[in-house]
Amino acid sequence: MEADLNELLAIDLEAGFEPLVRAYGQRLFAFVYAMSGNAADAEEIAQDAFVKAHRALRRYEPQRVRELSLNAWLHRIALNVLRNRLRGRRLRMVPLDGELSVSDRAPGPERQALERAALRELARQVSSLPEAHRAAVVLRCVQGLSYAEAASLLSQPEGTVKSNVHRGLATLRRRLDLSEVS
Amino acid sequence: METLERDLRELGRVRPPRGFVGRVLSAAGVGERYAELETVLGTFFVSWNRAGVTAAGRVRPSHAEKVEKLPSQVRFDLSGLTEFEQAVLRKTLEIPRGEVRTYSWVAREIGRPLAVRAVGTALANNPIPVLIPCHRVVRSDGVIGNYGAGGPEAKFKILDHEGARPDRLLELARRRTRFIGSRTTRIFCLPSCHAARRIQPENEVPFTDEAAARAAGYRPCLHCRPATLAS
Repeated sequence: MEADLNELLAIDLEAGFEPLVRAYGQRLFAFVYAMSGNAADAEEIAQDAFVKAHRALRRYEPQRVRELSLNAWLHRIALNVLRNRLRGRRLRMVPLDGELSVSDRAPGPERQALERAALRELARQVSSLPEAHRAAVVLRCVQGLSYAEAASLLSQPEGTVKSNVHRGLATLRRRLDLSEVS
Repeated sequence: METLERDLRELGRVRPPRGFVGRVLSAAGVGERYAELETVLGTFFVSWNRAGVTAAGRVRPSHAEKVEKLPSQVRFDLSGLTEFEQAVLRKTLEIPRGEVRTYSWVAREIGRPLAVRAVGTALANNPIPVLIPCHRVVRSDGVIGNYGAGGPEAKFKILDHEGARPDRLLELARRRTRFIGSRTTRIFCLPSCHAARRIQPENEVPFTDEAAARAAGYRPCLHCRPATLAS
């Protein structure tokens, strides 16, 4: 399916861009949300990333478009947008209560509300990890990329990514345990 | 799998807010087409998509490669605006060519009589000038008012071109004539109303305000709806 999308984007960007946004919109939004901890920022950043992707695709030669690994490429663009945004400004620590929903099954409204609150708290904790740990944890554990994919996306050795994931997870466990006790 | 890792995977399934895909497409300008429109104020570039016209302006959009002919029937895509802004612009579309209304008239007609300033702001931010005729909205004191697409002179020029006779409107405003009544029909109108312009000069009765018109036994025109009070 991915190869078809590449081909469509290569020969007719205007026809292929909507399928691209439909195929990767959720993934990219979830990525940016986990990185920023804020639903309102996440929508803006994810949108900006797609706009930049569109601009880049207009410039690329068809062959280059055919060879793109779309998932990794879009994540890299989003990562750059995130870095440019967060540079010189502290992360907002209190997330806005955007309407968040999680796909699959439909638990009762109370359970949903609890789950949403727990997810917001988790996103807040993840987004306050140190940058290197955060990107590694989000790419590997939230987005489900392999170590090899995450390493290539971050331009880091696999070993570095692995150790950043472990350290990030350890920090998260400690903080979440603490917040449960208190 | 351990709880934390399961929760992190769950975080990866968070969905974007409703309407996300549409907003991305419109921000990227996907599906947008472009036309050049010759107007009395010069060439305007018009962008439209399946949903309708989204913007008009003097500056050629950077990604407008192919310029096409604007369809003869156009709709307007105001989806990026607030409900209030949409209501103001839709109401403005009802003002006939050759006529003008006031900011307070628009505010009253959309059911927000006190939001006169906000109406002014919404019109100043009209993304589709000329096609959505914000130039047909003027101040109650007869001053033509400002105009984003080229200043008051441009507004005067386009109103003149449409046959609204802005010079006459200014002159009436100077004499503090807000309404014109017809001695034969006993109806009072806004001065630019097409019905008012059919009144023979000898039958024209100027009024400075609504109370004076009503006191003289006149009723408001049903076309231009000049009255502030319910009749």
